[in-house]
Amino acid sequence: MSSALSTSRSSIAVVSFPGTNCDHDLLYLIEEVTGTAPTRVSCAERELPRDLDLLFLPGGFSYGDYLRCGAMAKVSPIASAVRDFASRGGKIVGICNGFQILCELGLLPGVLLPNRTTRFLSRTLPISVDSTDSIFTAHLERGEQFAVPVAHFEGNYFAAEEELRRVEGEGQVIFRYCAPDGSILHDREEANPNGSCHSIAGVRSPSGRIVGFMPHPERVFEPSLDPVRGGGIEAGRCRRLFDGVLSAL
Amino acid sequence: MAQKDMAQKESAQKKFRVHVLLKEGVLDVQGKAVESSLPELGVSTVSQVRVGKVIEFVVEDSPEGSTGGDQDELVKKLCEELFSNPVIENYSFEEVA
Repeated sequence: MSSALSTSRSSIAVVSFPGTNCDHDLLYLIEEVTGTAPTRVSCAERELPRDLDLLFLPGGFSYGDYLRCGAMAKVSPIASAVRDFASRGGKIVGICNGFQILCELGLLPGVLLPNRTTRFLSRTLPISVDSTDSIFTAHLERGEQFAVPVAHFEGNYFAAEEELRRVEGEGQVIFRYCAPDGSILHDREEANPNGSCHSIAGVRSPSGRIVGFMPHPERVFEPSLDPVRGGGIEAGRCRRLFDGVLSAL
Repeated sequence: MAQKDMAQKESAQKKFRVHVLLKEGVLDVQGKAVESSLPELGVSTVSQVRVGKVIEFVVEDSPEGSTGGDQDELVKKLCEELFSNPVIENYSFEEVA
């Protein structure tokens, strides 16, 4: 991949772990949107680029999901640099396994349990935007819907009662799974298929600078790869999800 | 290695076994799946199946003069920082022969 050897300085980086498999989708779309190849960082490194502004933790199965999803990544060499970056106010987006890693790192609340159905879930699902107080959702409308692919075994968002109350109280939910008509139905499998607490598909840190979510909008960045069209839904609408965080740079 | 050194080395090691189990009230899909298969074995008297993890390892005694703390403290640290996630899991550990 040329971006790994690129000499141009990008303020965006994507971390790859052994078992990460969505990094190339992100590298591709970031270059498409910003015109500059992001820096690809191996988890074996101990430092992030010095002028870093935005860090992506992509999807996949880091370290084969050994022990718990995200647990091994939490103790990989790059982890303390990610923590430092977060504590300096750095912006981080974690997608799917990247979300699981952020939860394991304690940078986002909660944890992702195996799906309630006990099955791997690979499907396109409607999600609804909740909080717009985050780097990823600031340009979106509350209640705006997207049809986004999900592909996970551990996507069942869980937080203990007290923490869940705090997450809801602070408005830290950025995306929820919903029915095609937009209604949020926690107890209905068709509207919340992995059984997440409060249908939560993504959350933000209290500052809004760190976000994580299970769905994979990067997979349908190119309209020709988007299976969702018709019924008034325009193909490639998920491209819009990246407009905010990437155009702010 | 001399026999005496070997004996000393062994005495400086402790073997531990850690048990990790999901907390009460946290959905255990493996336990649920295992339980739902039991009627196939003709078993109807077993319920509340929980599936956890067992992790075994050997800890060397701290080198002389190190500030590593005792071995139990080290095992506790590993349990809290890696082997279990305190949001969803409880752990216990024991020294084994």
